[in-house]
Amino acid sequence: MSTEPLAASLIVLRDASVTFGAVAAVRKATMRVRERDFIAIVGANGSGKTSLLRLLHGVVAHTGSRFVPRPSVVQAMVFQRPFLLRLSVLNNVRIALWLADRHVSASGREARAIQALERVGLGALRHRQARSLSGGEQQRLALARGWAVRPDILFLDEPTASLDPSAKKDVESLLAGFAAEGMTLVMSTHNLGQAKRLARRVVFMDEGRIDVDLPTADFFAAGTPGRAGLFLKGELSWSLDG
Amino acid sequence: MSAMTESFATAFRLIVHADPALVRTVALSLAVSGSACLCAAAFGLGSGAWLAVARFPGQRAVLLSLDTLLALPSVVVGLVVYLLLSRSGPLGSLGILFTPTAMVIAQTILVLPIVAALARQVVADALREGGDQLRSMGAGAFASALLMLLHERWAVATLMLIAFGRAIAEVGAVMIVGGNIDGVTRVMTTTIALETSKGDLPLALALGIVLLVAIALINVAIVLFRTGGGSLAVETR
Repeated sequence: MSTEPLAASLIVLRDASVTFGAVAAVRKATMRVRERDFIAIVGANGSGKTSLLRLLHGVVAHTGSRFVPRPSVVQAMVFQRPFLLRLSVLNNVRIALWLADRHVSASGREARAIQALERVGLGALRHRQARSLSGGEQQRLALARGWAVRPDILFLDEPTASLDPSAKKDVESLLAGFAAEGMTLVMSTHNLGQAKRLARRVVFMDEGRIDVDLPTADFFAAGTPGRAGLFLKGELSWSLDG
Repeated sequence: MSAMTESFATAFRLIVHADPALVRTVALSLAVSGSACLCAAAFGLGSGAWLAVARFPGQRAVLLSLDTLLALPSVVVGLVVYLLLSRSGPLGSLGILFTPTAMVIAQTILVLPIVAALARQVVADALREGGDQLRSMGAGAFASALLMLLHERWAVATLMLIAFGRAIAEVGAVMIVGGNIDGVTRVMTTTIALETSKGDLPLALALGIVLLVAIALINVAIVLFRTGGGSLAVETR
């Protein structure tokens, strides 16, 4: 752990572990999420990427320390398969805003919801039923729902895993836009090309451990050490536990 | 013409000419069972949603009891409500025995477990799919459960239809606490029982047909609303 001031960090993990029954999903993770980071968490299936993401988000029980230095850090998360209520596109965003901040007026929520839908290109579809949208549109709606609450950190759990190339490109373009606006993003992905295109930092998970945490350019440079190097070469066998 | 055919013909005439006695009986039945379902919805949907997310000692016993109450015999409910509301009972001073109010109370008790148990199941199933994501957005446990009632509103409408069907078709409880007083507490089922015992099959049959048609119409209305204008219920413009 570096000695940089905590104020520059949004979330700090120290020896944090997550277990599900007898399975250790995350083992003694130590890392920081700093403002304006765009972190890609990569690793084989079952390596603990999603568990680390949920640990950082604070929605999973853990041991060790998860510390949020600033008093109020607004967080949002976009899941691989977003759960959308059987309501209109607009009402899904409105409800997300209502859950995030009950003090915003109804008209304020409406304006912010429409702004978020315009941001992801769904403004014209706001009165459609959310569940009638295509997979790519549903993921963009989930991004709008996350973006609308103006989070300090947006967590993304394999946001393009189930999308076709065109929808994948749309989502990546939105994520690049969010990052350019200064939003902090932490994304799990098994798509190394995506990590290379979008992230500024790459965290490699292996059997529940943070094996490598490097700037993107360094991670993809020749000679990446240990099992991360094997993973990059496609020589690391998949682990089904953890 | 056989007795069966003659009964159908008479029943048809009674319905077509809107026989006043028939209309009065049908209206009272719909009012009593509709009120009972509204009361059961007010208490049952919220408590069902709460039971889907609450964790407390003895929860399994409560859920087991609730499931057992699904098969609550209507005559037992009628008897208990009768004892409570009779002049010597703890609520006898209210003076509501043999009134439609007593019938609403009895039917509410009868359908409340159905509403609560099925709502709990609907919400629990929905939470398994999306509970984590709602909590990630900042929803508390009970808020998540209430949102799931909204999300599953068509399943909720169906369970309310089941409850209404149970209420309007039961005869034991309303017979005991209503007394089957002509023009006051006589509803479709008690009239059918009475007229059949008297041998007046046409009126009994007419009421039986109306009973079926009423439930079918409600079902059709739900299906039409669901397929034709599903978004209207929650759309704001």
